[in-house]
Amino acid sequence: MSFVAYGDTIRDGDTAIVFLGHESMFPVKVQHGSVTQTKYGVIRHSTDLIGKRYGSKVTCSKGGWVFILHPTPELWTMNLPHRTQILYSTDISIITMMLELKPGSIVCESGTGSGSLSHALIRTVAPSGHLYTVEFHQQRAEKAREEFREHGVEHLVTVTNQDVCKNGFGVSNVADAVFLDIPSPWEAIGHAKSALKAEGGRICSFSPCIEQVQRTCLAMEEYGFTEINTLEILLRVYNVRTVSLQIPDLGKAAEDNSSTGFDSSSPSHQGSPCANLQQGTVQFKSGVPLREVVGHTGYLTFATKSLV
Amino acid sequence: MEGGPSARIREGDCAVLKRDEVFKAVSVLRRRKIIFEKQWFYLDNAIGHIYGTMFEVTSGGNLQPKQEVEETTTETKEAGTDNRNIVDDGKSQKLTHDDIKALKDKGIKGQEIVQQLIENSTTFRDKTEFAQDKYIKKKKKKYEAVITIVKPSTRILSTMYYAREPGKINHLRYDTLAQMLTLGNIHAGNKMIVMETCAGLVLGAVMERMGGYGSIIQMYPGGGPVRAATSCFGFPKPFFDNLHEFPLSKVQSLLSGTFSTETLPAEPEENALVEEESNGLSEEKQTSLQETEEEPATEAPMEINPTEEQDTMDINAEDAEFKENKEKENKENVREKQIKQWERRKKLKEAAALLKEKNADGLIVASKFHPTPLLLSLLEFVAPSRPFVVYCQYKEPLLECYTKLRERGGVINLKLSETWLRNYQVLPDRSHPKLTMSGGGGYLLSGITVVLEKGKSDSSNSEALKMEEPSSKRCKLQDLPC
Repeated sequence: MSFVAYGDTIRDGDTAIVFLGHESMFPVKVQHGSVTQTKYGVIRHSTDLIGKRYGSKVTCSKGGWVFILHPTPELWTMNLPHRTQILYSTDISIITMMLELKPGSIVCESGTGSGSLSHALIRTVAPSGHLYTVEFHQQRAEKAREEFREHGVEHLVTVTNQDVCKNGFGVSNVADAVFLDIPSPWEAIGHAKSALKAEGGRICSFSPCIEQVQRTCLAMEEYGFTEINTLEILLRVYNVRTVSLQIPDLGKAAEDNSSTGFDSSSPSHQGSPCANLQQGTVQFKSGVPLREVVGHTGYLTFATKSLV
Repeated sequence: MEGGPSARIREGDCAVLKRDEVFKAVSVLRRRKIIFEKQWFYLDNAIGHIYGTMFEVTSGGNLQPKQEVEETTTETKEAGTDNRNIVDDGKSQKLTHDDIKALKDKGIKGQEIVQQLIENSTTFRDKTEFAQDKYIKKKKKKYEAVITIVKPSTRILSTMYYAREPGKINHLRYDTLAQMLTLGNIHAGNKMIVMETCAGLVLGAVMERMGGYGSIIQMYPGGGPVRAATSCFGFPKPFFDNLHEFPLSKVQSLLSGTFSTETLPAEPEENALVEEESNGLSEEKQTSLQETEEEPATEAPMEINPTEEQDTMDINAEDAEFKENKEKENKENVREKQIKQWERRKKLKEAAALLKEKNADGLIVASKFHPTPLLLSLLEFVAPSRPFVVYCQYKEPLLECYTKLRERGGVINLKLSETWLRNYQVLPDRSHPKLTMSGGGGYLLSGITVVLEKGKSDSSNSEALKMEEPSSKRCKLQDLPC
């Protein structure tokens, strides 16, 4: 396995995802002789994992079972050890598309943080592109390097431990795209501009507060960026439920079936019960929004560096 | 291998014209008149310039790179503080409609017209600074037409299609497409199955993300795959080497093992070819009919092979005296058709072989069809532990699809979702969400495949199987909403 190429079977040294059900999962580093505890019992790596196919059902010691999944940047985002606040896949998706990333792209990123976005960027630019990521926190930078090595993608990324606002990205005139997720992005716009290729490129800045966005937009304009555009993307997840609503008793009883037959005329779901007038309920399938959802992650400001 | 178009505009390139927020895909050809946003011009002068260059249209329809101009508003700024004394009497602009037309006809630069409009507006000086700004911006937009020529990309083309021809892409909004590419873990080296009726836009987006590495099998309904949008990307030739196509109507026979290219009668193949053309046309008509209410002027995003149409018309118009020639031509045609047929058959065989391995790295569905039967069949070709994503303009079919997939088994982490997109105006002291936002960009159902246990594929006994599992387990893995 690697985060940039699928493999069929689980091998020693792989990072695999143990899926327990309903978004309950965790990553595991597969090692000969190693064991992993789950609420369904123990998984022995040598016998239960190594050599098995990704996507297999693995029975644990207490008779319960889990699925073992191939790692992807998206699964990693849901399971990685947080060292900072991270970007989630919804924002990552629009960032990747709006920055026009593809195999071969050269990208600059700061800060590296917990590496959630980094893994997605590396996946997209592989096998011929490269990620230059800058993290001013030494421990975080080292931890990121270690993870990239473990995940078999170190050849696609360079982690630099410095302050992007003061020292830039450590490269110039090479990048197709720059991404900023730092507290004061406006201080890094100049460095971003010089990191981008002479013929142009795309930039994105992620900020939670509108005041940050305003200062960033001004800086972008000052440095000659065009197509400056700020947007926000929100994910709505729906639970699929079968709902039954009671029919009120208006004293009509069963005397008149045709007038209460408003539901039987709707050409809905074959097989699924709709009206059950005997029991006085109507059933239907619905996509129900979660009771509480993420209302704001950050504003995303995109712009283009055009040729001078 | 990703190569792609160079930084400079070349003859024959696929490019996109941009004016403000409006896009149009074109082929860069010499002496070809382009009509865009009520202006006509030739692209000849743009050749050789770098992508991203801004142009102005000059007399005779020539493009001229826009010069950066110093803002002429160096004079002392005068502005009011509020609009208590501004009366809308309709007489604030001293220039008449005819005056403005005369200025335009004289070929006076848009910039100067804007300046004159400002000078002849009696209320301009009383307006607040912000209102002045807004006034200038509005006039600039109208009179200073700047056209930028940009390189095509998923970002540009999906935005363009959503704005211009949403009906052709089943109202798939660009942020939803972005989710699909990420949820599907699309990357170089994948073996992807794509089933779309989005004019080839989704296919193009997948191809861009795979950069020519790996393979794609496009499943198509009817006589052939539609790739009008795909061609707008201007992909290099090698990108098409590992692009395969397979007819949906043969899926069942492939799954049951009765599929054979030898049993394919010649007739339907030929029909399919004809159908392909007429299908494309009728489809176009249909969608444009549907869209008349939304968009009065739907130009095709790209002029596709008008020369070819010309050719066929010429042949039809031939006189009887050329009969002999015609017969010869017919013979050649027959031979050509046979070769074509043989090639199609070979390609079909290749695609069938790829599918039969049942080890695809993902499935992307975005079509006008009901998603449930597509998913239940096409998932058979996907390896375990791989993501799949289904798009639908409506939520209800995905509710059913969700239920059927749970019955089938072999999938986990099912998620029904939608994204909302909000654009912002960011200006000093005037930041707020934009006035209008898109009402809907469709819904996605995504999940991950797992090894399907034997016997579980038969949905009729899945209930019984469920009962055999320890109830605590069922509770955790089956009944909880994913």
